[in-house]
Amino acid sequence: MWEKLLFFDRRIIFVFIAIAVWVPFLTQLELPPGQTNPRTQALYDAIENLPPRTPVMVAFDYGPSGMPEVHPMAKALTRHILSRNLRLLGVALALTGPPMCQDAFSSVSQDLDKQEGVDWVNLGYKPQPVAVITQIGEDIRRAFPEDAQERAIDELPVMAGIHNYDDIGLVIDLATGNTPGAWIVYAHGPYKVKVAAGVTGVMATDYYPFLQTGQMIGMLNGLKGAAEYEELINHRDLGTLGMGSQSVAHLLIILFVTLGNVGYFAFTRRR
Amino acid sequence: MPAAAATSSTIFGLSTEIIGIWVAALLTLAIYSFLYADNPVYKVAEHIFVGISAAYGAVILYYQALLPKLVKPLIIPLIDRVWHPELADATSPRYTLLVPMFLGLLIFSRFVPKYDWLSRWPIAFVMGLYAGLSIPRSVQEIILKQMHGTMLPLLPRGANGGYDFLTGFSNLLLVMGVICTLAYFYFSARHEGLLGRVSRVGVWFLMVAFGAGFGNTVMARISLLIGRVQFLLYDWLPTIGIHLGGPGMG
Amino acid sequence: MRLHIPIGLGFLAGAFMIVQFFVPHPSFEESYKALMDWTMIIGAFALVLGLQSLFRTHIDKIRRRRQGYGYSFVALISFAVMFMVGIVHGAKPGSLFDWLFMNVQVPLEATIFSLLAFFIASAAYRTFRARTPEATILLLTAVVVMLGRVPIGEFIYAQVPEATEWIMSVPTVAAKRGIMFGVALGVIATSLRILLGIERSHLGGGR
Repeated sequence: MWEKLLFFDRRIIFVFIAIAVWVPFLTQLELPPGQTNPRTQALYDAIENLPPRTPVMVAFDYGPSGMPEVHPMAKALTRHILSRNLRLLGVALALTGPPMCQDAFSSVSQDLDKQEGVDWVNLGYKPQPVAVITQIGEDIRRAFPEDAQERAIDELPVMAGIHNYDDIGLVIDLATGNTPGAWIVYAHGPYKVKVAAGVTGVMATDYYPFLQTGQMIGMLNGLKGAAEYEELINHRDLGTLGMGSQSVAHLLIILFVTLGNVGYFAFTRRR
Repeated sequence: MPAAAATSSTIFGLSTEIIGIWVAALLTLAIYSFLYADNPVYKVAEHIFVGISAAYGAVILYYQALLPKLVKPLIIPLIDRVWHPELADATSPRYTLLVPMFLGLLIFSRFVPKYDWLSRWPIAFVMGLYAGLSIPRSVQEIILKQMHGTMLPLLPRGANGGYDFLTGFSNLLLVMGVICTLAYFYFSARHEGLLGRVSRVGVWFLMVAFGAGFGNTVMARISLLIGRVQFLLYDWLPTIGIHLGGPGMG
Repeated sequence: MRLHIPIGLGFLAGAFMIVQFFVPHPSFEESYKALMDWTMIIGAFALVLGLQSLFRTHIDKIRRRRQGYGYSFVALISFAVMFMVGIVHGAKPGSLFDWLFMNVQVPLEATIFSLLAFFIASAAYRTFRARTPEATILLLTAVVVMLGRVPIGEFIYAQVPEATEWIMSVPTVAAKRGIMFGVALGVIATSLRILLGIERSHLGGGR
């Protein structure tokens, strides 16, 4: 019997995972995200405390592979930043970043009646992250002479008076790779600009040392981070809607691990 | 999610948005067919991805990197100067950009075996530049700041002025953990006696970190699946009249 | 000669960066900005070079009629279509290129990565065993964190999110910091070796 429990077609596990994720959606099981993580709260508070029209730079350093986790964060942050009447600058150090930026900014700004070029701009992609981050510190116009629509950035009202990190209130890196480290070392370090991040669960543990030293002021961790942020800004979206499935799938995997161990020890003892 | 489809043009009476959602849904299902077994439908979808993503990268690199940083400031003004000298007000070319253009083009010498050694120049230049940039910054921003973050009070005072033993315990654990982990990675002496015991504790700390990493990774992987399910539920099914909640709905 | 010029070039670029760090004189400012620009441009050329492996693999597969070479046609045609659309119609938001990205690349890439949800569940069931005390620590931490990162964890036991945050902020930071010191020292040592021309692996072999 234990043998059967240990060695069966792995597709049976696949079916269980699919059920665990689908059923909460089909039954419309809604779970509020619960306690807000202090790191999420810290990022929210930092944005709340910026004076109106302060520029916030959001780096879109992710692509389709990280979209389910990071894109809800991008939308929630965009909503918060624009509704606080702050200026929003999007940059991308990942090739796939510019469409992510465009999608988040344009969909939210339609809701809030904000204007491209006046309230927000998508500055597009540039290669070599460290060089781009450093160049923004020296002269943002040198790093990004045009926006993603090929308009000279000097012609955009949103860019008025912005020359380097001295004029930017906060940098938020939304990432699936190691770019938050580069923003910390090459933007916060030399230019003292405040840095925060929104990262996938896979990377979250890597950045806690920087949160402890204060080199990073806040962080959103995975879909739960996005859901917590949606709760803070009082706008439930894909993050919150995913929490039911996320909960059930985690319980299922814990059950798998338990069963796997029980089966393994019972099987090896019998042998 | 497919916001680009917001341009509401139509083909054969169908909006490009609806066509886009159907293309995306069919490709999603094609990839999932792999879960049953590897098959030609999955293989085709996978190879479409390989081709499309490479071309996407090349095109974006041209429009967002080479065009604004090299073509517009150097090449177009240079062409204007040579072929249209009558355009007196044309911007003057930034001649200094000839250097990175030359170095960049040298990368392609790899394709000519006789001159492939020339491709070392741009690589050496960029590597040297980053080496020089990273040495002082790594010392300052990683080693010194992280060391500073480890110098923690072991008997801190709480908000009410009394000792905060709980924080003190956490601080002690953090300091011990860093020392023990470093001991584990110290390979210049045999891990015996005191060093052996300390590095064993280091392994426990590493296991906690890896466990936390694994827990977070499970969360991340499940979220990726949730993202696709949300697309099928909230974008695709409504196109055939099935509405199962979604953002902005009860 | 073929090795000395690049080593010299690397040394000069790196030495300038170090001098600039310690003596941030205004007269260096323009050179510093120019060097950052140059790096971005060279980086763009280097990324274009990445395409060669795609072409080499698939053209080679077709030429040798290796098993499944038909799929290589699919890859090359997809490349050609996307590339032509981008070059002819442009790549601005709302363009056909953008439509193809959002409705072909996004679902394909996102779905391929989402397969990992199934594989991690299968791996957790088959290989995640509490065989040793160390493995048990790993497993227990993972379970606590898995519960602490979903709302339902709180319903089971109210303190789970706090316990998770403590695990992430204290023992995990300790271990990660230990690793980070090692990595940073490694980066510094390798950077110095590159500058001084001792490390030459990035330049390939040869004289």
